[in-house]
Amino acid sequence: MSEKLLEIKDLSVRYTTDGVISRAVNHLNLDLDKGEVLGLVGETGAGKTTTALTILRLLPKYTSEVDGEVFFEGKDILKLSEKEVRDIRGQKISMIFQDPMTSLNPVYTVGEQIADVIRFHNDNMSKAAVEARVDEMLKLVGIPPQRKTEFPHQFSGGMKQRVMIAIALACNPELLIADEPTTALDVTIQAQVIKMMRNLQKELNTAVILITHDLGIVANFCDKVAIMYGGEIVESGTLEEVFDKSTIHHPYTIGLFGSLPNITERTSRLTPIMGLTPHPSELPEGCKFHPRCPQCMEVCKTGDNPPKIDNGGTHVIQCHLYAEKEA
Amino acid sequence: MSEERKVLLEVDHLKKYFDTPRGMLHAVDDVTFQIEEGKTLGVVGESGCGKSTLGRTILRLLPSTDGKIIFNGEDITHVDSSRMLALRRDMQIIFQDPFSSLDPKMTVSQIIEEPLKIHKIYKNKAERMERVKELMSIVGLDERYVMTYPHELDGGRRQRIGVARALALNPKFIICDEPVSALDVSIQAQILNLMMDLKDSMGLTYIFITHDLSVVKHISDDILVLYLGKMVEMTDSDTLFDKPLHPYTKALLTAIPVPDASYKGKEAEVMKGEVTSPIEPPPGCRFAARCPLASERCLKESPEFKEVEPNHFVACHLYD
Repeated sequence: MSEKLLEIKDLSVRYTTDGVISRAVNHLNLDLDKGEVLGLVGETGAGKTTTALTILRLLPKYTSEVDGEVFFEGKDILKLSEKEVRDIRGQKISMIFQDPMTSLNPVYTVGEQIADVIRFHNDNMSKAAVEARVDEMLKLVGIPPQRKTEFPHQFSGGMKQRVMIAIALACNPELLIADEPTTALDVTIQAQVIKMMRNLQKELNTAVILITHDLGIVANFCDKVAIMYGGEIVESGTLEEVFDKSTIHHPYTIGLFGSLPNITERTSRLTPIMGLTPHPSELPEGCKFHPRCPQCMEVCKTGDNPPKIDNGGTHVIQCHLYAEKEA
Repeated sequence: MSEERKVLLEVDHLKKYFDTPRGMLHAVDDVTFQIEEGKTLGVVGESGCGKSTLGRTILRLLPSTDGKIIFNGEDITHVDSSRMLALRRDMQIIFQDPFSSLDPKMTVSQIIEEPLKIHKIYKNKAERMERVKELMSIVGLDERYVMTYPHELDGGRRQRIGVARALALNPKFIICDEPVSALDVSIQAQILNLMMDLKDSMGLTYIFITHDLSVVKHISDDILVLYLGKMVEMTDSDTLFDKPLHPYTKALLTAIPVPDASYKGKEAEVMKGEVTSPIEPPPGCRFAARCPLASERCLKESPEFKEVEPNHFVACHLYD
């Protein structure tokens, strides 16, 4: 256990569109052990997907700057050649996208799309062996192999997402990045897919980065949690640490929990976070969260990022509020 | 309890079928309920259960196949379009998608002003603009956005425009069709709070259509669960969550992921299968194919929707 698989060091990503610079990811540090499940939580524009795309080197053309290091199995992905990255992509690291409806190719059968990945990464595999692997993958995700000759439109949303998972896992990757894999699905189907992913994760011991805004799914599935805001990780730790209501948290984390209508107890009013998430091109100075923070102090408004406070264990909070505690 | 409230909306055996090439699609099948003034009815179900069709049929945006809609004591099922236009002053809708429900070629003020123009409420433009500004402040939209276009605004602000437009005519009744599902959680909470405040201050009655059970619990007095166009269970919000009776409701409730670390790794009962087709549904209970407790009888005979406990209605043979 605890063998380091992925280590992101001081990663910053900037996009430039029409001369406007968006600071999508800012000085992000993250690491993940083999077989570990990390929940990357945040709202639209927090930089979750950009982080994922950086790991896969799939950043869009308008990316103007990528700074920092992304070590995967000891190699810096950002320094590899395109050919070397291709060998990793789909083979060692694969990704499930949010929208199963648009991620599959409508003119190829489901079986062909799964076979495609297997063939790409296994040049001398026989046709029969590829087909056998396709059947095996379909069974693994709970689809009868006979359906491999069908096209994506013949599948329901939940089934399409299962196909995506089959494609992603076809080469037994070390790391699976799942970007909001169940957001487009109904709750009962979401429960099926999450349960299946959890079982597969245990069975194959794949490390997973689960990108989501749903804290409920995180609680169900993840070992570690990182809360993102304005391209930064504002709080991270084990699931138990971040979800522990008796300890200190980043005001944004508190706000996120307060925004959730609670199913187990009835509250008369929600306590939302005031204001709106800033666009990555207009991030404020100082702490990125300060204009929305109910506990904002003078020191938060200027200067660099707030200090990272170690709250015991692996629990880290990036906030001025708890700074005195350290000193 | 307090005095009897007036029933604002009554839906009586309402049906909406669509004629498709593959047969009759039973989108809304025999739905009956009442809403008292000032209450909120939550309508819950998965995609394809007919919840949006129900909302649109009630507002006569879609013609009904059978049944009656009685609003404020008047049977509106077949009233003519001029009467319907007048009625729409009292019945409004907020749509799910703040990105496609606003005309991209109209400014914020034009969008909010449109209902005021159609219903000729104010004499001149100045008075209308006065009202537009008032509405914008009610829903928490800064006045400087008057001349902006929807694409310049984020989802939360856009949904506020949708709310302002629905409120423009001072309606009594609003159908909210998944008004927050396209929004981020922190923004979702802001809009939910806004809607609850408006309900209290303006005495609104809502039908709140959603697939999100935690949202519906938060906002509703009563909840109606639909499955493939059929009513499955209806009772007050607390009872539904504390003591659900129908196997489908129970499955829905256990499927919600709870944001609490103690739930980690807990094996919830996961419902098998998927929603079956609403086209020419077979006789018997629509949920039977996925129901863990289904018997022979469920496949043959459709269960009756009846009161099994005071104010707790359910359609299931288990409670015969």
